Amino acid sequence: MPPTPAIAVTDLVVERGKRPVLTGVSTEVSAGSVTGLLGPSGSGKTTFIRAVVGTQKVKGGTVTVLGEPAGSKPLRGRVAYVTQDASIYRDLSVKANVAYFAALYGRDRREAMRAIERVGMGDHADKLAGNLSGGQKTRTSLACALVIEPEVLVLDEPTVGLDPVIREELWDQFRELAAGGATLLVSSHVMDEADRCDRLLLLREGRFIADDTPADLRAATGAANLEAAFLHLIRELEGAN
Amino acid sequence: MSPRITFITAGRILRQLLNDHRTVGLVLAVPALIIALISAIMDEAPQVFDQTGLILLAAFPFMLMFMITSITLLRERTGGTLERLMTTPTGKLDLVVGYAIAFGTAAAAQTAVAATVAFAFLGLDTAGPAWAVFLICIVTSLLGMALGLFVSAFATTEFQAIQFMPVFVVPQLFLCGLIWPADQMAGWLQGVSDALPLTYAVKALTEVRLNPEVTADMWTDLAVVAGAVVLATALGAATLRRRTD
Ligand SMILES: Nc1ncnc2c1ncn2[C@@H]1O[C@H](COP(=O)(O)OP(=O)(O)O)[C@@H](O)[C@H]1O
Ligand SMILES: [Mg+2]
Repeated sequence: MPPTPAIAVTDLVVERGKRPVLTGVSTEVSAGSVTGLLGPSGSGKTTFIRAVVGTQKVKGGTVTVLGEPAGSKPLRGRVAYVTQDASIYRDLSVKANVAYFAALYGRDRREAMRAIERVGMGDHADKLAGNLSGGQKTRTSLACALVIEPEVLVLDEPTVGLDPVIREELWDQFRELAAGGATLLVSSHVMDEADRCDRLLLLREGRFIADDTPADLRAATGAANLEAAFLHLIRELEGAN
Repeated sequence: MSPRITFITAGRILRQLLNDHRTVGLVLAVPALIIALISAIMDEAPQVFDQTGLILLAAFPFMLMFMITSITLLRERTGGTLERLMTTPTGKLDLVVGYAIAFGTAAAAQTAVAATVAFAFLGLDTAGPAWAVFLICIVTSLLGMALGLFVSAFATTEFQAIQFMPVFVVPQLFLCGLIWPADQMAGWLQGVSDALPLTYAVKALTEVRLNPEVTADMWTDLAVVAGAVVLATALGAATLRRRTD
């Protein structure tokens, strides 16, 4: 029997503002892996992620995380969510922000400081979050989730606007967390990060047009890189219509 | 609900408030200054000031709490932190009671400064005890908080939240007996006045002003205000949705 997936989505249907956004998507994410959720802007990545963390009203289908219904009470200490726009308190310092989220999970200020160091914000710990640059806000928001050391970490475009060195470091950390057994779901609209994922979901027009490993995707399409592989898939799909 | 998380939440909200030094200064100083101004205006009629000054002691924390709660909570809703909190172990009641503790503390500090100035320096006089005035002011401030919590669900911008002041707060101030005694208003308006919770805060204060002992009527009036607090808080908590469109 295969191990139970960390995230299982079956026939998920979501409408937003009376328009269909997800039209029946299914997938399974295995524990201890990094899964990339890719798709153009407006394709429904955030909507999918919100359904996984249980903040999105859904029209149909089921979403199960760690064997429990998404967003249910037992999951709230085990799943962490980093929203697309940094959701932190502008009128609190970096340290106070991270310490607050840490405290909600029974973690202390020392652990909060360590999370701040991990995202390279150690020198800015006493700054008010409202006075940070966009990338620094993103990293603070990320630290608020890392401090929890969650079993499932869901990140919505966490590396947008970050400098390449920090991006590289963050991806190393994502890999490290997965190696430690955590399950990561990371959305992105840039393809150059896709190669660092174990598995890729490509979202387009409300459906997954690919759900495979990077290597298999390249092999199946005969493309040299993932960007070309995806283009190939999209053309194929449009040709079929 | 978890007392631990409730207090962590209250601490966070208080810290946000304290980080804003200008707001802290305004919160503490403005009511005392305005009450001093009113006392100077009513220089020739200290017994009128005893009525108006007393009502203002409760009216300021009421307005303050309405404003800061509706705006702070609106920021939580629009800034994404509310959605984030809904994925943490924080319960809706933890959040709402956390708000009540944090802003109730702010209201207590504001009332303490304003009441000290009014009683010690401006000659405000009540027959009843000062602690009863203090208690009524705190419960009234929680009424402002609860209303602010509720209306924040219907505003999408801070500008709109401020526009709710004339809708939810100003009519209550006009009809509670602050500018004119309720029993001398048009009959139908007295009916409206009787339906507004702030009116009962003023009735309770009037009991303290006139009677050396704390009266049963004061407790009844205060209970009506407290009931309105519970009702508005429950309505406000119901607007906090875990799942949204
Ligand atoms: N609050 C909302 N109300 C109505 N429609 C929305 C809302 N948020 C997003 N949408 C729509 O849902 C679709 C998917 O959006 P989203 O999940 O944010 O995409 P992505 O994250 O891939 O950019 C878009 O067409 C967007 O316009
Ligand atoms: Mg998005």
